[in-house]
Amino acid sequence: MSSGIGETQGQAVPARSGRRRPQHQRHSLTWLVPTLYILFLMLPIYWLLNMSFKPTNEILGSFSLYPQNFTLDNYRRIFTDPVWYWGYINSLTYVVMNMLLSVCVALPAAYAFSRYRFLGDKHLFFWLLTNRMAPPAIFALPFIQLYSSVGLFDTHIAVALAHCLFNIPLAVWILEGFMSGVPKEVDETAYIDGYSFPRFFTKIFMPLIASGIGVTAFFCFMFSWVELLLAKSLTSVGARPIASVMTRTSSISGYELGMLAAAGVLTIIPGALVIYFVRNYIARGFALGRV
Amino acid sequence: MLELKGVSKRVGAETHIDAVSLTLQPGSLNVLLGPTLAGKTTLMRIMAGLDPPSEGQVRFAGEDVTGMAVQKRKVAMVYQQFINYPSFTVYENIASPLRVAGLDRTLIDREVRKAAELLRLTPYLDRLPLSLSGGQQQRTALARALVKNAKLVLLDEPLANLDYKLREELRAELPKIFAESDTILVYATTEPTEALLLGGNTATLSEGRVTQFGRTIEVFRNPVDLVTARTFADPPLNTIDVDKKGATFLLDRGVSLPVPDHLTGMPEGRYTLGFQPHHLALKQQTPQSVPIRARVSVAEITGSESFIHLDFGAVRWVLFTTGIHHFEPGDSVEAFIDPRRVLVFDAAGRTMAPADGLVS
Repeated sequence: MSSGIGETQGQAVPARSGRRRPQHQRHSLTWLVPTLYILFLMLPIYWLLNMSFKPTNEILGSFSLYPQNFTLDNYRRIFTDPVWYWGYINSLTYVVMNMLLSVCVALPAAYAFSRYRFLGDKHLFFWLLTNRMAPPAIFALPFIQLYSSVGLFDTHIAVALAHCLFNIPLAVWILEGFMSGVPKEVDETAYIDGYSFPRFFTKIFMPLIASGIGVTAFFCFMFSWVELLLAKSLTSVGARPIASVMTRTSSISGYELGMLAAAGVLTIIPGALVIYFVRNYIARGFALGRV
Repeated sequence: MLELKGVSKRVGAETHIDAVSLTLQPGSLNVLLGPTLAGKTTLMRIMAGLDPPSEGQVRFAGEDVTGMAVQKRKVAMVYQQFINYPSFTVYENIASPLRVAGLDRTLIDREVRKAAELLRLTPYLDRLPLSLSGGQQQRTALARALVKNAKLVLLDEPLANLDYKLREELRAELPKIFAESDTILVYATTEPTEALLLGGNTATLSEGRVTQFGRTIEVFRNPVDLVTARTFADPPLNTIDVDKKGATFLLDRGVSLPVPDHLTGMPEGRYTLGFQPHHLALKQQTPQSVPIRARVSVAEITGSESFIHLDFGAVRWVLFTTGIHHFEPGDSVEAFIDPRRVLVFDAAGRTMAPADGLVS
């Protein structure tokens, strides 16, 4: 949107000199495409926001670009009904658990892949990524049976562990990229200076890849937060995630679309918040830490 | 005293270091001279204890330290790339080895400031290394090596990534900085000139073997074999294969050189002559000098010196002379060589006898 503003200012200059008219015409069109793009991108989100401030009757009864009977009732109900807000607490709990688990396991693994050569290291490293190529759904059935047999069914840790399936490989890949950006000589200098491995790792190495750890945590958060199927199948009541609560909005009083929209808005917020903090590093994260 | 006894390093089928034996004295400056891939870095890593040797023993002050963890050894190392801890300030970078050793705060402060003063880093103590110039970054690394007061300091081409001016400056300072202690200083370089400027002792490395070790000037003047002479020559050593017949060396094209007096007793046969570029001259400098007619290939002029590349038959020589001499490619010139300054190598590449004390 800011680019649109910049272009309108740019128009004023060539408008004064007739010679540069062709360029002017080309310029005047360039703001159009990004504006349309952003418009289409924001439309569903705006609509969700719009609906969340309407009572269900208005959503079903009429079509309006903005709420005619503005209400915060939908949000109020979510924050007062334990079934609803526990959905958020449950989701956040297993997501944070998964984030910590993935990063803690991936740190030493990524260090090993980055610094040591061992038999089959390259194959193993690639094989990690193939874990991401299978849809998580195919693991739902074995997981349900396994977790039930050890009494983990319907617990937060069950979902957190299940999500490790695809988050740890990703975390190892991203962290390995960031770690390989630090010269091996830094490690050696530290050893020569007398640092033990744990002290070197926590005092010198981790600060050097802090942005990498941040990006990795974000990606774990994101994938765990949006994953629905495993989270739903591995829980029933005790650790039921928000996505699962949202699918049960057809109550006796019919579909509660307003509440559903409000819940949707609240689901977007944590992701948007987290993404704000890692916005400068996210491109490197998508490149798996490689520059 | 650092002793390497028959140290070898093999990686897979490749031999990186081949049976190296060296004894380095406390308080000495030792240059490891050799081209890229000669094994300088590998040898240093073995000395430091970063890599274990495949064979052989490393002894320090009489103690076998072959398998000892690098943390326990009193060594310091400076790399060609400027390696510091990017997240620490310059002050913390220098203080790092002392902090790990658990020294008293005031003592650390005194040592750090002393080293910073010596390396002219005092104004930058609060900065982060990556915000400094390359020379300052390398100084930080040197200061860290200095405060540690290590008994063995390894400098792996420390000046190679610096620009010319800084390199000159730091090279002059380096031996002084470490001179006061009884530290064994090991300095790896690819440049023969650098070895000569540093002085001390030189070990020439070629393909993982130490070909000669001794006082730098001795090694330069009296290389034991052709490989050493080639390693220790910049611009490259001029060579030519000759036949010895009686009291003369027969070169191609009917040119001959008299065999110097001290070598007349050698058996007849095939030899290789070697001489430094500055031993070729455009004018007759001694009565013994012999003219050799050659064709100019290219003349490089650097300010007040000339490097003239000459083709003699199929071999290419370089003539180094002061002053500016203009030649066109294809010009025919007479180059003079004093046979007494020529190094003579047998078919196996061993030096037959040291040249006369005429080497300049």
